[in-house]
Amino acid sequence: MPPFPVTRHSIVAAIRSDRTEVRRAAFDALTNAYWKPVFKYVRLKWHASPDEAADLTQAFFLRAFEKDFFASFDPGRARFRTFLRTCLDRFVANARQAEGRLKRGGGAIVVPIDLPEAERELELQARNAVTDFDAFFHREWLRSLFAAAASQLRDACAARGRPQRFAMFEQYDLAADEAERLSYGELARRFGVSATDVTNELAAARREFRRLVLAVLRDQCSSDEEFEAESRALGA
Amino acid sequence: MISETALDRLTGMLRAPDLSGTRYEILGELGRGGMGIVYLARDTALDREVALKIVDRGAAGTRSDSPDALAHEARILARLEHPGIVPVHDFGELPDGRVYYAMKRVRGDRLDRWLAAAQDLAERLAVFLRICDAVAFAHAHAVVHRDLKPENVMIGEFGEVLVLDWGIARTQNREPKNQNPEPENENPEPENENPEPENENPERRTPNAEPVAGTPEYMPPEQRAGAPVDHRADIYALGVMLQALGGPASVAAIAAKARDDDPIRRYQSVQELAADVQRFLSGRAVGAHREPLVDRLQRLYRRHRVPILLVLTYLAVRVLLLWLGGI
Repeated sequence: MPPFPVTRHSIVAAIRSDRTEVRRAAFDALTNAYWKPVFKYVRLKWHASPDEAADLTQAFFLRAFEKDFFASFDPGRARFRTFLRTCLDRFVANARQAEGRLKRGGGAIVVPIDLPEAERELELQARNAVTDFDAFFHREWLRSLFAAAASQLRDACAARGRPQRFAMFEQYDLAADEAERLSYGELARRFGVSATDVTNELAAARREFRRLVLAVLRDQCSSDEEFEAESRALGA
Repeated sequence: MISETALDRLTGMLRAPDLSGTRYEILGELGRGGMGIVYLARDTALDREVALKIVDRGAAGTRSDSPDALAHEARILARLEHPGIVPVHDFGELPDGRVYYAMKRVRGDRLDRWLAAAQDLAERLAVFLRICDAVAFAHAHAVVHRDLKPENVMIGEFGEVLVLDWGIARTQNREPKNQNPEPENENPEPENENPEPENENPERRTPNAEPVAGTPEYMPPEQRAGAPVDHRADIYALGVMLQALGGPASVAAIAAKARDDDPIRRYQSVQELAADVQRFLSGRAVGAHREPLVDRLQRLYRRHRVPILLVLTYLAVRVLLLWLGGI
């Protein structure tokens, strides 16, 4: 497998498309990938209440769509993620100055914000410990990236009639903490297979997970160069 | 939600090499450099520990040509079968697309740490000569290391000296072989050795496009400037290493000649450099140093102490006898 897939249209390229339906589809994908990092970032860095953060998140993506924020993105100067965060900071600062005049949309862009889920996740994270918001945003983006890849892995395993493969991956590699993580032997007993089968299934799941992470990442990068840099940063 | 622990685990998993389907199991990490990570691994087929160098795609500053560079390093090591050069066992590509090579696991200490322990000068110079042996062998095979420094030399458990990290080594045209005849105690290169195919050596095609790579304090001016370098770049680095070993003025003079800014004024082969060090160790005059008369006499006295003392004793007895006879 080549380490870097060949160029294809990414979300970031599509959001600059002249065709409205292409732009809209790209924005939908973008909001799916970024709403949670954006929401959590606004909650913590800008000390927004849950409702205000949800409103700001919705308004930010709507504004970006209407005003073509992202058209000025220059891949030669920064990563798209960094550019998006800079736009977000500027947007929130302006919105705070013009408080009460947030445009929440009219159906143009609907951000799929799951407020209870995002709040539950924030509760689980030690949010008081956050001091480096750049690192926080990056980590949230990474969590979002892995979650998307894991979700695709589950679907792919199910489609191939190998749901057990994902179940093992989920219970071993996605285990929330070390205490609840089963050993290979315990997994073998639970699934009624040999330890070698567990080794092989997990190896296959990890290979597929790595491939899917790269595929999702590729969609979120604006160029081969950015994708290569991001892949290297991940070490994938 | 992916927990903090799972996030760290997945990040580590993406970074870790995928060794499924290979004969190796990772046991731990031995070290990391600009191009790759060296892992301690078990070769399950032969049930032995090896060092596995794998391209680290996540390392800051990792070059996009690292897979090619690692393959180049493996091929160079495979050509250089010498007791002072770590042997390569295997080369391949992992299921995740990263290239790797397996080499002998060297137990011991890095030269810089070994030197930090109290070692006498003769012992240090003996190690230096072993390094010279390995480097001269590489030069005889038209390979220039380009990153010689104490951190890239290992002193093994049994005193063996191994030159490591040939990651930025370059091959050069064969002319230097005439300038650097192999030492007499080296195994001569087999007549039927397969030369490296021309198309496997990009440096020959682009002799004027040397990327600047290496460790600045050990790099000669021509290497720092990105100009093409030859085996005398290694002689410069050996000079810097020799200087760090300390020693009297004659050793400092040898080091100074080796690390002359002008490659023409350096020793023209590692053998010449090693021969001068050898001359110092055996108490003879070194070519790089013009001694003051007093130093020369002191050196001659140290080298020929016994005969000189015998002659002086004989002369003293004769003088004494003459004096007694005259009483």
